[in-house]
Amino acid sequence: MIERETHTYDVVVIGAGGAGLRAAIEASGNGAKTALVCKSLLGKAHTVMAEGGIAAAMGNVYAEDNWKVHFRDTMRGGKFLNNWRMAQLHAQEAPERVWELENWGALFDRTPDGRILQRDFGGHRYARLAHVGDRTGLEMIRTLQQNLVGVGQVDVFMECTMVELLRDDSGAVCGAFGYWRPTGEFISFACKAVVMATGGIGRAWKVTSNSWEYSGDGHAMALRAGAELIDMEFIQFHPTGMVWPPSVRGLLVTESVRGDGGVLKNKFGDRFMFNYVPDLFRKETAETEEEADRWYKDHSAARRTPDLLPRDEVARAINSEVKAGRGTPHGGVFLDVSSRLPADVIRRRLPSMYHQFLELADVDITKEPMEIGPTCHYTMGGIRAEAETEAATIPGLFACGESAGGMHGANRLGGNSLSDLLVFGKRAGEAAAQYAAGTSGAPSVPETQVTDAVRGVLGPFERVEGENPYVVLQDLQEMLHNLVGIIRTEGELKEALEMFHSLKDRASKVRVTGTRAYNPGWNTSIDLRNMLMVAEGCTKAALLRRESRGGHTRDDYPAPDPEFAKINHAVRYENGEVTVTATPLPQMPDDLRQIVEENPE
Amino acid sequence: MTITNPGGLGQWTEERRGEQAGQKVATMRVWRGDATGGRFEEFEVPFEDGEVVLDILHRIQATQASDLAVRWNCKAGKCGSCSAEVNGKPRLTCMTRMNIFEPGAPITVNPLRTFPVIKDLVTDVSFNYEVAKKIPPLKTGPPAGPDGHHRMFQQDIDRGQEFRKCIECFLCQNVCHVIRDHEENKAHFAGPRFFIRLAELEMHPLDTEDRTNLSQDAFGLGYCNITKCCTEVCPEHIHITDNGIIPLKERVMSAKYDPISRVIRAIRRKK
Repeated sequence: MIERETHTYDVVVIGAGGAGLRAAIEASGNGAKTALVCKSLLGKAHTVMAEGGIAAAMGNVYAEDNWKVHFRDTMRGGKFLNNWRMAQLHAQEAPERVWELENWGALFDRTPDGRILQRDFGGHRYARLAHVGDRTGLEMIRTLQQNLVGVGQVDVFMECTMVELLRDDSGAVCGAFGYWRPTGEFISFACKAVVMATGGIGRAWKVTSNSWEYSGDGHAMALRAGAELIDMEFIQFHPTGMVWPPSVRGLLVTESVRGDGGVLKNKFGDRFMFNYVPDLFRKETAETEEEADRWYKDHSAARRTPDLLPRDEVARAINSEVKAGRGTPHGGVFLDVSSRLPADVIRRRLPSMYHQFLELADVDITKEPMEIGPTCHYTMGGIRAEAETEAATIPGLFACGESAGGMHGANRLGGNSLSDLLVFGKRAGEAAAQYAAGTSGAPSVPETQVTDAVRGVLGPFERVEGENPYVVLQDLQEMLHNLVGIIRTEGELKEALEMFHSLKDRASKVRVTGTRAYNPGWNTSIDLRNMLMVAEGCTKAALLRRESRGGHTRDDYPAPDPEFAKINHAVRYENGEVTVTATPLPQMPDDLRQIVEENPE
Repeated sequence: MTITNPGGLGQWTEERRGEQAGQKVATMRVWRGDATGGRFEEFEVPFEDGEVVLDILHRIQATQASDLAVRWNCKAGKCGSCSAEVNGKPRLTCMTRMNIFEPGAPITVNPLRTFPVIKDLVTDVSFNYEVAKKIPPLKTGPPAGPDGHHRMFQQDIDRGQEFRKCIECFLCQNVCHVIRDHEENKAHFAGPRFFIRLAELEMHPLDTEDRTNLSQDAFGLGYCNITKCCTEVCPEHIHITDNGIIPLKERVMSAKYDPISRVIRAIRRKK
């Protein structure tokens, strides 16, 4: 037997961002003995970086808002590829989840009559995002963390990385295996259900707003355990990342800058977004700067500014401006709020952005424009999950948050992520607890699977020569940036698939030195395998989707194709190969279709 | 003892230095070791304008010592993971620009001193998570609004929002002299991070609990003698002392020593 620590739980939640915390709170609240396992310290997960807000049709600013409008915006933003039932549940339940946070201590910005203030964001018809300045994610993760710790029923395993899911003879998930980062010692959990809440895979791209944690661990563990991923070709490039200096390239610049009045300009000072309004959004988008500016003051008096089109549209437009030679000296465009709002309002509404640009780029955003460009930000695809319960395609596995697929279709609207984490985190936690309660017998850990997993992770120490895993990682990031980026072609995607062969070979031969105790090089050698597996799935799915839709743009197939509107690509791992097949998209009932197709005037 | 060019992958060589011609090179003295002891190791690292200390530490991992232990996440001053002492000053390494240092002078980086070292720049901050568990959470009364939801006004939550900007980097805990060199005080002292947490709960418009006496008795508020070291290092510029600790101390004073509240307490005890 491999020497290690062992634990037994009903439910093990992997990942402690918004989704994992909310799932753990709910699983435990439903009577399940629950563990929460995370790679970083508690409260440091990606949710903490979210800036803009939580989308929820509470109607505090525009009483006309309701779940149907939110549902419609989400489906249109996702280019109709969303799982309609998820989008419906999300729109219906998000307000309740926000009020719940308030009850747990969150201090959102207020309306003059003391309710939760809501702000405008891309693709949302009404001002809908509950927020705290531009640090909403911090408020959300801290509130969830404090609630979980305050109730005190969940055991938290911090700086503990899970490597593999374990399955019993029937194929059901019965545990997970991993290691403690501080010591490198191994640890295994025997459990009845696992909730995957591990976030995305953005670390595999060179210019990214994501941290080291985003290596697709949950996606890869699920794949190896036999589960299915969907929609992996859809990667969101956030239109506004910092571009200068090189050290901060990719760091997120919140959409709130535009939501609160900031506009995009090219190097000639033109507000170029008016030239990039697609037919789908033409009827509801302003045609002149004068109309757009009127909209900021009163949404019923004018149509919305094209600066707040969904993120896929804005990112593509910026890319086109730069390619046409109208970009800034450092290869971005300008985002200007200095000429739009008084300095004190900017500092109050956008304190983190003010601070971030001043300290890292020597730019005072109250006096001069920011230079920005697209950055890899979000993985729309993920583990295929059932809408009501978030159950994956293998028994005992549940998935929520960014690591799950379906909710956002081909493109996620800003603000819909934080609400997604809450709505489906709760549902996954509840369903996992119920599933565990209905499962008899004590779970046990299959020893051979642990032995195999250990052999897989210790290899890099045993080699006498080999590359530094960071070098292979940098080459993967460079390759994906160049060949599987914001604009794709068949030739480049095929070239990328060729390169996966050599990168996988190199990754299997990396060498690390030192001991297992807090060894980031060793940790990276393990994460690297996950990134390679999941990114290969992204690339293969992108090659098969011969159209452009949402976060997947093909230069060789620039238009959407109605045939592709009917399918999701399912990624599986079979006989040592990542495979992709087309599966039919669930069709929504007529009453919902009507809501989506309505054209409000 | 200082070791130049320690072992590990990607040894620094003259050829590689040549490849990077024209770039600036920093001399980094990074503390390496674990709970049993350690020493500063010296690395020569090329860097560009605009880079921060965390970039340099990452470059050391990628080219010279892949096992160098560093915590980080957001790289934008939002998560509070990458705290360390740079040239003796507690800082977030992701927000510490290389251009603030005198060109050519060595830059030392060592772990936070108040917490036990795990490895290199990573410390065991579990003390903070243990304190967090002891704080009685928010308890709200019934909602005041006709729609079944709470009402709060911006002016009543401004102060609470200031405290909730805390990113839990624990730099304030690190510089607090009550625990920095007095391990024995940790058992009965929560530290500035948790004083503003207590203050935030006490000032929360919806909260119905009273943590005033607890702040003094269980969390050691009285040990703080307002030297403001915590406020000085806060990367979020929270006025920890003036807006958090002092008002909390005032509440303790009025609750514990105010004659009227003493009478009320005495009556309550009799019941």
